[in-house]
Amino acid sequence: MRSFSYQRASDPQAALQALAVTAAATTPLTEASSQPLAGGTTLIDLMKLDVMRPERLVDINPLAGNWAQVDLDGGNLKLGALAHMSQVAGHAEVRQNYPVIADSLKLAASPQLRNMATLGGNVLQRTRCSYFRDVSYAECNKRNPGSGCAAMDGFNRMHAVLGTSHQCIATYPGDFAQALIALDAAIEITSKSGPRSMSFAEFHRAPGDTPAIETVLAPGELISGFAIDGRWPRSVYLKVRDRQSYEFALASAAVALDLQNGVINDARLALGGVATVPWRAREAEAVLKGQKLDDALAERAADAAFADARGRQHNAFKIALGKRVVAHALKKAIAMEI
Amino acid sequence: MSTAAPEPKANMGQPIPRYDAVAKVTGRAEYAADVPLANPAYAYLVTSAIAKGRVDSFDLDEARRVRGVIDIITHENMVKLKDAKLFSNGGYMSTTVQPLKSADIAHDGQIIAVVLAESFEAARDAAHRVKVSYSTMPPTASFDSQGTTAAGAKGQLAQFKEDPEVGDFAKGFDSAEVKVSAEYETPTQHHNPMELFATSCAWNGDQLTIYEPSQYVYGLKNGVAEQLGVDADKVRVINAYVGGAFGSKGSVTPRTAIIASLARRLNRPVKLVATRDQGFTIATYRAETRHQVKLGAGRDGKLLALRHDGHEISSRPDPYAVGGTKTTTRLYACPNVASMVSIVRADRNTPGFMRSPPEVPYLFALESAMDELAIELNMDPIELRRINDTTTEPIKGKPYTSRSLMACFDEAAKAFDWSKRNPTPRSMSDGDWLIGYGCATTCYPTQMAPAAARVRLQRDGRVRVQIAGHEIGNGAYTVIAQAAAERLGVPIENVSVMIGDSDLPPAPVAGGSNSTASTCSAVMKVCDQVRQRLLKAVMPEEGVINRAKETVGVGRTPVTDAAHGDQALDREKAFDALGVGVVEEYGEWKPEGAPLDSFHAMYAGHARLIGGPEFGDKIAYAFGAEFVEVRINRNTREIRVPRLVGAFACGHIMNPRTARSQLMGGLIWGMSSALLEATEIDPRNARYVNDNLADYLVPVNADVPSVEVILLSEQDDQVNPAGVKGLGELGNVGTNAAVCNAIFHATGQRIRKLPVRLEKLEI
Repeated sequence: MRSFSYQRASDPQAALQALAVTAAATTPLTEASSQPLAGGTTLIDLMKLDVMRPERLVDINPLAGNWAQVDLDGGNLKLGALAHMSQVAGHAEVRQNYPVIADSLKLAASPQLRNMATLGGNVLQRTRCSYFRDVSYAECNKRNPGSGCAAMDGFNRMHAVLGTSHQCIATYPGDFAQALIALDAAIEITSKSGPRSMSFAEFHRAPGDTPAIETVLAPGELISGFAIDGRWPRSVYLKVRDRQSYEFALASAAVALDLQNGVINDARLALGGVATVPWRAREAEAVLKGQKLDDALAERAADAAFADARGRQHNAFKIALGKRVVAHALKKAIAMEI
Repeated sequence: MSTAAPEPKANMGQPIPRYDAVAKVTGRAEYAADVPLANPAYAYLVTSAIAKGRVDSFDLDEARRVRGVIDIITHENMVKLKDAKLFSNGGYMSTTVQPLKSADIAHDGQIIAVVLAESFEAARDAAHRVKVSYSTMPPTASFDSQGTTAAGAKGQLAQFKEDPEVGDFAKGFDSAEVKVSAEYETPTQHHNPMELFATSCAWNGDQLTIYEPSQYVYGLKNGVAEQLGVDADKVRVINAYVGGAFGSKGSVTPRTAIIASLARRLNRPVKLVATRDQGFTIATYRAETRHQVKLGAGRDGKLLALRHDGHEISSRPDPYAVGGTKTTTRLYACPNVASMVSIVRADRNTPGFMRSPPEVPYLFALESAMDELAIELNMDPIELRRINDTTTEPIKGKPYTSRSLMACFDEAAKAFDWSKRNPTPRSMSDGDWLIGYGCATTCYPTQMAPAAARVRLQRDGRVRVQIAGHEIGNGAYTVIAQAAAERLGVPIENVSVMIGDSDLPPAPVAGGSNSTASTCSAVMKVCDQVRQRLLKAVMPEEGVINRAKETVGVGRTPVTDAAHGDQALDREKAFDALGVGVVEEYGEWKPEGAPLDSFHAMYAGHARLIGGPEFGDKIAYAFGAEFVEVRINRNTREIRVPRLVGAFACGHIMNPRTARSQLMGGLIWGMSSALLEATEIDPRNARYVNDNLADYLVPVNADVPSVEVILLSEQDDQVNPAGVKGLGELGNVGTNAAVCNAIFHATGQRIRKLPVRLEKLEI
């Protein structure tokens, strides 16, 4: 960890002002010299490991007064970016109307981390790739563009099989983002030029040729919240991992279904633990729509979800595992008593 | 899971709460890195990013510019330290690689520089700015890498004395009607104690004080003195508490003498707390092992032939091996036995002992093979153990001092409801979950080593016990206090215990499960010396003294039936007769059959452990039986362990509460070892990849919903005066095999390579 300056922002304008940087427009957000500090559960970790080296931290926790709400208003859900994971996971109405959100949060991290970590920070959580997190490995295109990828032919059991590129196979590690993707959430962003809103599905960027750029968020911008239209009581988050708690997914699925007389009217499916970004499985959704779920259809949907998957030495098992998780999650969602 | 302390049975002490419980739960317990120092400098290590080669140059400019940096030490400006021998070859060291001695790099994560600064933060900041140029050579990572060399352990490692054999294995195996021949593998594992590898060194003139978590303060004191070339009597090691060790803090790592020499150079205290990932390479680990086991039996299940060959990874310079064949060749009756342990060298840091060093990998292989044999025989696996149970070991025909293996199986089987098991694999399920029951034998050699103690008794009945034992979570404070309280007949609250300080009378390394047997035997002996002095004052007749010595406690009525006719000693009267304020005695104890140089070695920091298969004309082991229920989800293949049950017989149990806690931790670790723990090595560069607690998985509470520990009553008067058979390492020996045996029962699939991850299942 390198020395840095610390500043508390009293209001959004002050935060944006403090975060405004002179860096070139091409600087990845994660390399910006000023970084917002919310729960700090990722940022401080990575600073201790010398992976992130900001010169200035802008503490945005004082903005929680405006940005930590959990509102179910007129059949829609609004979540503030500074709401804590534990606060939303334990919210009775969220649990009832959006079980996929409550479970994705409850099944992540540990109670201590969920009490600290915020929703905005959660979706910005960076990969757990061991080679990315250890600066003694010279090769990492995400950390050091153009240096290569040590994971590609290294120990890659936890790495992605979907959305990979020749530059990077690092897995997006979070859970909550899959729920947001499945529910077609919008993300609200504030900058000096004012607020904007966009589809959360467009927020993360697959690594492609520029794995250092992980989201469309620009330096000087802040996430203020998330919005979800409608209620999704028939939704589940299924997470498979090596141990029962406090562990990242080997494969996970967020499923939201609109069922009418046993027929799938609308299906939303997002995958975690297997992809470089929160992954919307649109091909699988297309297979499901207008159908009644049986074992064969679940299997077809799962196959469609992983049609483009590409495994490597240690992570190839995630393709078969991911398919089983999708099929099982669909059956769980169908079986829910609403 | 019941959380109440177990009721003591016959030959068990009271389940008194831990002596150090309140200090620990209130945060008052002072660990090595907690000790305040006057104006310390902070050290931060820089470790190599390559496993083989040399440092060409350092660029230290940017690092030196960090405010608060005092100095940066590399091989170019480090004082020369003396070479010291490996612990397992009669020395003190965890490795003979001496970092900072030259530009050469022998393994990943070797210490190549030390940054000294006015604060921890400045030292860390500067360390991150040190730039290193290397000349890299292709390293050999492990078994399947190019460039390994292999040779038998016998002859190159002092601690490995024999490849046990008896009869004619080849003939016996040929003639056997039922055979099993299989290969097994265990992975690299790291201890990962919660407490990091910390070292603080402070000089006062020519006196050095070291605050460091250690399982062997006398070894550390003498080893560091040897490296520094100073008188060992001028070195003191203090650690009142050790925050977990599991073997990793038993031998002297190179960091200590480095920090001590830097403190001397700076003329101020230096404090180091190495990081979690540095802990993977600056200390030891459990090396990966490979095994071939051949079992031949008659249709009746009687073993006719047993062969166990083991291969273990070690470093280039050091021939370390755990060599568990000394146990696996003796566990069951068998007329024809052969074995061989080989050491395979690679470009790695030197491995070392890790909880139940030889037995964990070697019994995984044997107890898996026994389960495979039971399947071949279509026989209950418990019955197979019963048929081959023995009271004498087969290699030299020596009798076990006591052996309650089958009693443990019977008790554990009853508690586990083994009778409800349908023996057919894949026959039991609950909804989406396949259910498997498995079991295995666990055992661990009963070991002792010489120890000394000082005991002081006051007229008012207060007692102080001093012994350089180690509180590594084992309950050392508690059982030592109990031993003294029982022997002197005073309430436990009257006893204060001082341990974890090399200025106290020496105790052996807290390893090999010898600690309770050794320290309590010594404390009991010295308590007897105290009693004799008092008795002499009031009962001068020799005959009375001898009778009283055997039967009379101080200040309370005798406890044994034979002693009912005797009078209790009046302590105050005895003190008044002596005309003294306190009675203090110092004494040394050594186990039966200990070598002649035992006491001399004890003061020099060499523990001469006696026991196990090397216990004169006897053999001494503690036994247990471990049962596991696994559940495997048909859809997701998740593997869960809802139940662990173990029954153990370990001679006299000093304290059922601390004993149960040790064994429970062992069972949990065994499950962890079977399912979760593995240090991944990148074969391209021989580096550890998952060197942190987020990626090196250990169980969380949710993984262990139920653990049941059953303590059997067992009496063994042959092992030591305390009648204690160490149990700290007993709990996690059989669990690996029991888990895999249960997985076979659940799925019909035999897993012979640990850990079992869900991708290995083909259900």
